[in-house]
Amino acid sequence: MCAASNPVAGRDGLAVLDAEEIRRALTRIAHEILERTHGGDDVILLGIPTRGVPLARRLAARIGEFEGLDVPCGSLDVTMHRDDLRLHPARALGRTDLPPGGVDGKIVVLVDDVLYSGRTVRAALDALNDLGRPRAVQLAVLVDRGHRELPIRADYVGKNLPTSQREVVHVLLTEVDAQDSVMISDDGRQP
Amino acid sequence: MKRHLISAADLSRADALLILDTAEELASLADRPIKKLPTLRGRTVVNLFYEDSTRTRISFEAAAKRLSADVINFSAKGSSVAKGESLKDTALTLEAMGADAVVIRHGASGAAHRLAEWVRGSVLNAGDGTHEHPTQALLDAFTIRRRLRGADSSGARGAGLDGLRVTIVGDVLHSRVARSNVLLLSTLGAEVTLAAPPTLLPLAVGSWPCAVSYDLDSELPKSDVVMMLRVQQERMTAAYFPSVREYSRRYGLDVARMARLPEHAIVMHPGPMNRGVEIAAEVADSVRSTIVEQVANGVTTRMAVLYLLLGGTEFPVTEFPAVAR
Repeated sequence: MCAASNPVAGRDGLAVLDAEEIRRALTRIAHEILERTHGGDDVILLGIPTRGVPLARRLAARIGEFEGLDVPCGSLDVTMHRDDLRLHPARALGRTDLPPGGVDGKIVVLVDDVLYSGRTVRAALDALNDLGRPRAVQLAVLVDRGHRELPIRADYVGKNLPTSQREVVHVLLTEVDAQDSVMISDDGRQP
Repeated sequence: MKRHLISAADLSRADALLILDTAEELASLADRPIKKLPTLRGRTVVNLFYEDSTRTRISFEAAAKRLSADVINFSAKGSSVAKGESLKDTALTLEAMGADAVVIRHGASGAAHRLAEWVRGSVLNAGDGTHEHPTQALLDAFTIRRRLRGADSSGARGAGLDGLRVTIVGDVLHSRVARSNVLLLSTLGAEVTLAAPPTLLPLAVGSWPCAVSYDLDSELPKSDVVMMLRVQQERMTAAYFPSVREYSRRYGLDVARMARLPEHAIVMHPGPMNRGVEIAAEVADSVRSTIVEQVANGVTTRMAVLYLLLGGTEFPVTEFPAVAR
């Protein structure tokens, strides 16, 4: 039985995915990307900082293992394109790092940890627009928690997680947080 | 960050690093097909220039335009200033037009500080008299960090200038660039030495966070960076040195002096240069010179400053000092 259907109540939140489940979800997404893009030719994975970037790297590694294919992988910072900039003090920028060759004519798969309002993805589409003209853009997310505010959907989803808007979903990844898990907590408290 | 950028002393180490790291990310914009970001759409930046300037005004204008801000250029020549309008009345006019930021260059030290009391938007000091020129110091720090602290952008991120030895040479007395650089570079951990004839050092130099030397030749072998200052003849009201030739012989950077620098050292100049006076043409055009790079980095650094001051929430009105109107 997986922990998702039998969540463990932590002190500050519920763990809804553990490291094993994240691994399996990414493996499935990697297979789905290969299937949907007919072998992964011309695919570029672009992670949205912070946690989309290690997820994109993991997917690229997976695809490399399965098909021996070297999928270019990079990061796309969307801060300057956000629609909520004026609601917060100016934030530090993340890195934008395109693989050599750029995005023109490629199938770009955007990778992020959580899909929520869809506003980050809208910003990413705008940012991408200034970088070139991909043949197609797809979206892969580890968690889709619903409550979309824009007409945006993911092509690849690790886990659909029904949430209330009061709840907060935290994705923790080894590369950033020293552990792999997805937590859900009731308010703004960090797990 | 404070809402204005008047002096390099307003910047903490964390603020300065945030600006340099932001500039580092924005630098990649120059290689992209579309060199524009939508971030400051609908914001207005006024360039208020009471003194002549090419590179600073164009640099600020390019930076604001790349962030999609609207830019209004105002130069004292051909404006109501020529008819005798005061700085305050000009400021209130700009205020009424809804400027979100005012970039000011003025011949009087302290002009930017005064202006900040009269306008609601952010004030960016682009040079006030012989006082300060903080964005020049930021672009110099950015250039030094890129050249000497990791060539690729990721290597330099978050790094200060700790342990680097910077020698600033020449007309310190009239130089706003020197003062801003001393303050900022020492905040970032560099050891700054001023090398100048005693007549071209300000009286209060003892209170600055730097060392002072009258002998350029003894400083060169231990310098990582040499920053040559322009001899500002337009500000010189007395005889500060016997002749230009003698100044050039003792404090000018020629090929022979450049050879005394360590292998990795770089030569900087804020421009405009007096070739043959403070810097020899061969030195200005050598591979060690970062003079052209400094201009390119100026746009990037000013974009970072404009973004950090204007890109987020507007500063609460309570911070706005009381205005007597």
